[in-house]
Amino acid sequence: MTRQSRLHIPVSSARPGERPDFSYLQVSPAGAVARPSIDAEAGSIQDLAHTLIRVLDETHHAVGPWDPALSADVLRSGLRYMLLTRLFDNRMLKSQRQGKISFYVQSTGEEAVAVAGTMALNTGDMLFPSYRQQGAFLVRGSSMVDLMCQLLSNTRDMCKGRQLPVCYFSVAGNIAAISANLATQFPQAVGWAMAAAIKSSDDVAVSWTGEGSTAEADFHQAVLFASVYRAPVILNVVNNQWAISTFQGFAGGECLSFAARGPGYGLASLRVDGNDFLAVHAATTWAAARARAGVGATLIELVTYRAGAHSTSDDPARYRPVDEHRSWPLGDPIERLKQHLMVLGEWSEDRHAKLTEELEADINAAWKEAVSYGTQSEGPRLNTDLMFDDVYKDLPPNLLLQRDQLRKMRS
Amino acid sequence: MPVKSYREAITETLRQEMRRDKRVILMGEDIVGGMGGSSGVFEAAGGTFGVTAGLAAEFGRNRVIDTSITESAIVGAAGGAALTGLRPVAELMFIDFIGVCLDQILNQQAKFRYMFGGRCTVPVTIRTLMGAGYGAGPQHSASLHGMLASIAGIKVVTPSNAYDAKGLLATAIRDDDPVIFCEHKFLYGESCEVPDGEYLIPFGEANVTREGNQVTIVAFSRMVLLANKVADKLAKEGISVEVIDPRTASPLDKDSILESVEKTGRLVVIDEGGPYCGMASEIASLAACEAFESLKAPVQKITPPHTPVPASAELEQEWIPSLAKIERAVRATLSANL
Repeated sequence: MTRQSRLHIPVSSARPGERPDFSYLQVSPAGAVARPSIDAEAGSIQDLAHTLIRVLDETHHAVGPWDPALSADVLRSGLRYMLLTRLFDNRMLKSQRQGKISFYVQSTGEEAVAVAGTMALNTGDMLFPSYRQQGAFLVRGSSMVDLMCQLLSNTRDMCKGRQLPVCYFSVAGNIAAISANLATQFPQAVGWAMAAAIKSSDDVAVSWTGEGSTAEADFHQAVLFASVYRAPVILNVVNNQWAISTFQGFAGGECLSFAARGPGYGLASLRVDGNDFLAVHAATTWAAARARAGVGATLIELVTYRAGAHSTSDDPARYRPVDEHRSWPLGDPIERLKQHLMVLGEWSEDRHAKLTEELEADINAAWKEAVSYGTQSEGPRLNTDLMFDDVYKDLPPNLLLQRDQLRKMRS
Repeated sequence: MPVKSYREAITETLRQEMRRDKRVILMGEDIVGGMGGSSGVFEAAGGTFGVTAGLAAEFGRNRVIDTSITESAIVGAAGGAALTGLRPVAELMFIDFIGVCLDQILNQQAKFRYMFGGRCTVPVTIRTLMGAGYGAGPQHSASLHGMLASIAGIKVVTPSNAYDAKGLLATAIRDDDPVIFCEHKFLYGESCEVPDGEYLIPFGEANVTREGNQVTIVAFSRMVLLANKVADKLAKEGISVEVIDPRTASPLDKDSILESVEKTGRLVVIDEGGPYCGMASEIASLAACEAFESLKAPVQKITPPHTPVPASAELEQEWIPSLAKIERAVRATLSANL
């Protein structure tokens, strides 16, 4: 037999029209993974990059050492934020389809990632999300009207009409502006964390990026800095299996997990069931405590599934089975937390239906208010002079001149 | 002659060049766009704008290569593959992403031939999307052809219509130097007559899209469409406007521009790149340096302001050079006299 080199092209497990196949996914039973002390040596806990931290079992009970033992109130709050995120997404998607907003990105199926992650942190911790962590904004108290006005690019848009819809920020909520380009927030989060360490502050920085984005150099360089300087930072890789049309194999996920990138750089790394609210909360709590204690950074892979399209610009039916999300072995994060609360006797179908109704009413009221500040076609208009502000701290003479020229054109 | 869109012309050229030369391979994010359906009912998406649709099915996934999301590796690997004699066509989803792979262009491919004592050839084509108008905001809408044209060692192409896109892309792929091929997002749907057969349009040869003798407009990429519209409108008033589309920002067909300016004595330059250190400044400088005595009026530059591209439709439409601005500039140059 002659042996020769050949190009390996990753192939996803199922094409459109085929039966979904998630046999590639390595899943540990709930409660099976040990929880080390927060100051464990990174080298001694490398197995955590390969196993899967899970708390909720098949009967919806919380089991094992990672159970964060949260109160029913906190669990209900988590359920509320996840449900709100999903309903908000549904409504905004509809608004995009109606032509009211130009572009939208849903987080359907992966709400626990941002909601549980953010709820496990202190309010002073700085967040550097990607464009699929809208749940973090809701948890940190951004008003839906403010988020909607950004989507509408209207007179109340926090970005003053300049940024792509979904690129929110929150000054009060300590959330950095979202970049439309990928993985750029990772080195920024590490730098913020290094500064926190320099200032001996108790705050940590937390960032999220998709598994597809881990291919960018920024990811690797950020992980290296986080490790070298033991920066108080949590670097989350949201492995939702799909980067637009390319499955996670194209980001290098065929052989080893994304969490497994961490130990190579000397970083503590956890692989976590991203659809298990309790597991995400517990892993984030562990990593935050480790960072605050000066032990260093943690890389967390959150294994989840992007149930919706990448954005309103692509059609998943072209590249994967349309019903693939229904076969996802880790289920749906909202349904799982809901079932857990019901098993605890702390929730019911009736309360869930009422909550849904209440949140939908809130969203509709917020939308009504948001559109009153202008839409793409109706209502108050944005002052187009805004394009000249904030390029520099002070408006330089050349921009003043260009602004005046445009004003003249208008009149 | 068949009428084809800019998008169709590009797809057709890629197909023809790949059939013609096995060394041509494509690399980029989502360019296959999935595998399509096993039943054959679903076709793979073929990129975010569908430009590479159908090519993986014909040429296989070894020649139409979906990549990880890493522009530095896509462009860097294209350079490495080119050194072996392949003719890679790398796709950069948006020209703004040049930020993360610029070193492979600026310090590597542009200088390979020079640094290797002339003993290597770098036949890389980087296809990329430029331009505003889609509400894509400051990080996905830039026009950086002028900035790239300032780099010695690479060629920069800015086709303004489907016919040119086909002939220029074939030339780019067959060229032995690195070429950055800037497709304007807003032109994909624009159609014109495009022959089915292969043809080449040489680099550095401008296209005179409207002949005239009172004022010269030099415009790049989508701005050529706007210039043509203004020329047609003014022609009805008896104003004779010549429109020149250089087609390549580098090399630049200076002779055609100078010849026209010598004839008309009046020059308006329209570019979607910025007002500083870009193609508009370059053309204005050319006229000032080499056709000064022919100029009857100051050169007018119509560009966006020196700001990032805003996302909101209202702001973006004011940001982009408009028909009204161009018309005003043409009238202003006609009424001015040095």
